Amino acid sequence: MYKYDEYDQAIVDARVDEFRDQVRRRLAGDMTEDQFKPLRLMNGLYLQLHAYMLRIAVPYGTLDSRQMRMLGHIARKYDRGYGHFTTRQNIQFNWIKLSDAPDILAEIAKIEMHAIQTSGNCIRNISSDQYAGAAADEVADPRPWAELVRQWSTFHPEFSHLPRKFKIAVIAADEDRAAMRLHDIGIQLVMRDGELGAKIFAGGGMGRTPMISHEIRDFVAADDLMSYLEACLRVYNRYGRRDNIYKARIKILIHEIGADEYRRQVEEEFAAVKQLGLDPPRAELERITAMFAAPAFAADAPTDIDRSDPDFAVWLDQNVKPHKQPGYAIVNVSLKPIGGIPGDASADQIDVMADLAERYAFDELRVTHAQNIVLPHIRVADLKAVWDALAEVGLAEANLDLISDIIACPGLDYCSLANARSIPLAQKIAERFADPARQRDLGELKLKISGCINACGHHHAGHIGILGVDKKGVENFQLLLGGSGAEDVSLGRITGPGFSEDGVVDAIERVTDTYIKVREGGERFVDTYRRVGMEPFKEAIYG
Amino acid sequence: MKLVTGNDLPSGDVIWWTGNGWSRHVEDAVDAGDHAEAIARAEEASRRVNVPYVIEGVATAEGPRPAHIKDRIRALGPTVRPDLTLKPADPNAGNWVI
Repeated sequence: MYKYDEYDQAIVDARVDEFRDQVRRRLAGDMTEDQFKPLRLMNGLYLQLHAYMLRIAVPYGTLDSRQMRMLGHIARKYDRGYGHFTTRQNIQFNWIKLSDAPDILAEIAKIEMHAIQTSGNCIRNISSDQYAGAAADEVADPRPWAELVRQWSTFHPEFSHLPRKFKIAVIAADEDRAAMRLHDIGIQLVMRDGELGAKIFAGGGMGRTPMISHEIRDFVAADDLMSYLEACLRVYNRYGRRDNIYKARIKILIHEIGADEYRRQVEEEFAAVKQLGLDPPRAELERITAMFAAPAFAADAPTDIDRSDPDFAVWLDQNVKPHKQPGYAIVNVSLKPIGGIPGDASADQIDVMADLAERYAFDELRVTHAQNIVLPHIRVADLKAVWDALAEVGLAEANLDLISDIIACPGLDYCSLANARSIPLAQKIAERFADPARQRDLGELKLKISGCINACGHHHAGHIGILGVDKKGVENFQLLLGGSGAEDVSLGRITGPGFSEDGVVDAIERVTDTYIKVREGGERFVDTYRRVGMEPFKEAIYG
Repeated sequence: MKLVTGNDLPSGDVIWWTGNGWSRHVEDAVDAGDHAEAIARAEEASRRVNVPYVIEGVATAEGPRPAHIKDRIRALGPTVRPDLTLKPADPNAGNWVI
């Protein structure tokens, strides 16, 4: 885990003091909302449908038990007893008082967290692979690199007022568990001739104009990475459109000028930037990397496991993934109980996950973009104890990557931008497919719901995606098939006319029934869709 | 009918113009009619209320209700957490939202 140095702590503390004074002036009537709004947004404080919402950054989704417990404390003391883990690997609190916001930021600053750059037209929280440091397939731990990018991008004076928000993901494996190709910039660490470097992608994103990123450079040496990113951002900052919010993302710029021309300009800029000495010395990367050193794994940890409890065995098969260290496993804690609210966790549940991380997982937790929690380093011998503890607080749903493991944005129940409610629809779908055997028979099926075109629920990247729209004051849902945010990245296609809430649940069942009829061998749903195309599904849905 | 709504500045709570002040309960709202925009502007200028604005409402036997689903959800609270709505003890709370 990264630990703040004196500079990190000083800038975060200074920001808290600054925001406290800004809030004081707003409450005293010395500032208008127009004057105050950009200031509160810089500190992650939105005004949503019912109240202020505070989004706290979880850098690359990694946190320790002390930080997790603090989130439970915030939920209990300042909110209404729960928090919402987001598709950006952050957490949001939905019922924050403006007058409490400075105190909350002061409390989280004590445990090395903040809400800086969780809003606004700047570089947002860096996302990464939730299995970082535990996965056998990574070429390196991506987190030291993500941390370096975080430090470079925090309060970067040139990139604090970009044309639009900017999202960066860092991964280090061919299996993409972070939807990297759907970020403004994607960084994949790779080895070439024994040297670690990065493959750079740019111009991806979801929203109203979804695009898959282009490979811009097949290899950037480690010592050049910050300069190269600087060049990528400079070209975007210079030419990205500021006249039209809907055309301001880097994906539009690259689409309009072409990937080749963008690459040419980046290379030209890189040649100039590289002379400026922006790249940190190796010693700095080594200092950061040392903080992410592997925990003290036991070399002889037993690998045997008692599978006699059938429910435990199902959970093992579905939610537990192999670890790079023999005798250890990666545990995925589903925040998607049948009928629950995707991504929500109560303060008590947050405390239990923190306790389990401290006792069994070398004090580490991860937030996933699929709105689940990972305990990355669990001894195989401890899996049963962890499962028992999770089951006691309703966190042992064995549905990872199944149809009920639904990504859903807060939707019209909470969000002032939304046009339709995502959560009740997610609940209805999960209840329709509640039978665990049926879910497992359907296999990997990633269902993602957004309550508006902004696509916080990643509907474009769902094997099955749903987009809520407002049709003359009534909620309506469009159905999409064939998307993926993984290494087989693709964008879903709309099936046809939209549905009511109940209608779209029925339509999904017709889609899954069709899949079962036409699938071959071990095909996943998305494989079958790619083989047979839209027509059989469309025929089943619309007749 | 025209309803004036906004958010309480320190708490962020959704509030409704009652004719002589603000309430957290939409039942207390009044039809501000032709004066709605002027009331919103005056309240904005006083800097006590966060971004007051005017919405369409409808009169019902139980009092005024917002016309659009988004405003109805805003008036009651999240439909998925009845325990967090303004009137959790009322079994009919929420029936008018959707």
